[in-house]
Amino acid sequence: MARSYDVERVREDFPILKRKVHGKLLVYLDSAATSMKPAVVIKTIEDFYKTSNANIHRGLHTLSEEATKEYEDARRRVAAFINADAKETIFVRNATEGINLVGRSFVASRVKKGDVILLTEMEHHSNIVPWQMLAEEKGGELKFVPIDEEGSLDLKKAKELLAQKPSFFSFAHVSNVLGTVNPVKELIKMAHEFKVPVLVDACQSVPHRRVDVKELECDFLVFSGHKMCGPSGIGVLFGKRELLEKMSPFLGGGDMIKEVSYQRFTANDLPWKFEAGTPNIEGAVGLGAAVEYLEKIGMERIERHERKITEYALRKLSKVRGVKIVGPKDGKARGGVISFNLGDMHSHDVTTVLDEDGVAVRSGHHCAQPLMDRLGIVSAGRMSFYVYTTKKEIDVAIKSLERARRIFKI
Amino acid sequence: MNAEEMYQEVILEHYRSPRNFGVLDSPTMRVRDSNPACGDVVEVMINLGKDKKIEEIKFCGKGCAISQAAASMLTEFLKGKDIKVVKEVTKEDVLGMLGIELSGIRLKCALLSLKVVKVAAYAYLGQEAEHDYA
Repeated sequence: MARSYDVERVREDFPILKRKVHGKLLVYLDSAATSMKPAVVIKTIEDFYKTSNANIHRGLHTLSEEATKEYEDARRRVAAFINADAKETIFVRNATEGINLVGRSFVASRVKKGDVILLTEMEHHSNIVPWQMLAEEKGGELKFVPIDEEGSLDLKKAKELLAQKPSFFSFAHVSNVLGTVNPVKELIKMAHEFKVPVLVDACQSVPHRRVDVKELECDFLVFSGHKMCGPSGIGVLFGKRELLEKMSPFLGGGDMIKEVSYQRFTANDLPWKFEAGTPNIEGAVGLGAAVEYLEKIGMERIERHERKITEYALRKLSKVRGVKIVGPKDGKARGGVISFNLGDMHSHDVTTVLDEDGVAVRSGHHCAQPLMDRLGIVSAGRMSFYVYTTKKEIDVAIKSLERARRIFKI
Repeated sequence: MNAEEMYQEVILEHYRSPRNFGVLDSPTMRVRDSNPACGDVVEVMINLGKDKKIEEIKFCGKGCAISQAAASMLTEFLKGKDIKVVKEVTKEDVLGMLGIELSGIRLKCALLSLKVVKVAAYAYLGQEAEHDYA
């Protein structure tokens, strides 16, 4: 039986939600950029520094052992969260670093002159630029699965492009601009039919819904900790063990080695082979606490709550005169992001008004300039939701948008 | 300054009907710059007459009302003036044209077009720009 979702109780876990902006209670609608942090995560990091701070995997003193245990416990917790094995769960700085790691250590050796790396038209910069750099270096080419007017991928075209056997296929699970939830399982299956390995950018999905890497059968999957109640500077790369085993290391340094002589080294076992240097230990520990927090609420309940809020916000937004919504019109087909424009105004002007009312929304190109060009818009405002978002907050934002409409005479 | 005061009629009017908006074929100077934080883009093209006067000036770009209105007003101000005048235009002058106070990130919006014309003029005059204007 589903427990009812007590959003007010959830909000009590987030100290920052009590603060005021320009004298108004903060309405934070920018969780797709980064989420707020619950007290339990903040306290876990503080406690780590106060009680167990030491470097990991070195030294046998008590603190080092405790720190190592906390770090590896966090890995196991995060791995279980996406149904991966700990050995396949690599801590990186963020999703971007995970993508670069896969590009360098897996894809680079497979791309020859004229080969294609396949992406989609809805990717953000972090899933475009690393591939541009690689393609330029190897003389490869990027191709993009097109989107339709509603912002959904053209699956027929995806199949055609995959049939041409690109070296690699990398795409977002949920678009950070359109909110589109891509049929990730179907796309992976399609890619594998043509023996094309796949990376899923799960930045906008893992924080918001249950993601199971075994069920998806993805080869690689990346996400960032700071978008899921964790600290910034910690992210995760999942990779299938047999692929990770064959890959050469990404960065060299301490911790990623077994033995080193003046002339050579032998790489460490998984997952440490890909974790050079002292990692973000407290970040990993904090992410572990974040995952535990999300599990306690329940991912299914979080997804349901966000869908309710998204549908409500879509309904309210579409009633504001002059508002144009970007992406799917159906709340069921979206993640908790809604990009929009107001009349002929630039999103920065609109968000200036919203900010005055304490409402924080993203504006600009959302680190997805090519997609903006494809949609024929200069920029967009974006509301994004999370565990703590309330309908009341949506009402405040809508009221502020009405004020913007009056100021801009739309 | 609140939004009602910032977005005066005159700024919205320049944003919606910018002066000197367009392109020049083979201009004497052409400089483009953008503000990576917000994606505002301004490109300015200038044709000089024989007497070094700004005979034609056009801009194109995209961005918020503040950045586009500032470009419109600044090009309007510069048209017909000596190219050396560009060196003397200050940040306060641009804010004066807009008639508003700005700080932080929005100040960069307002000053993007000034930065662009400065870069163009200094390059033409063969001098280094003295300041980072935005």
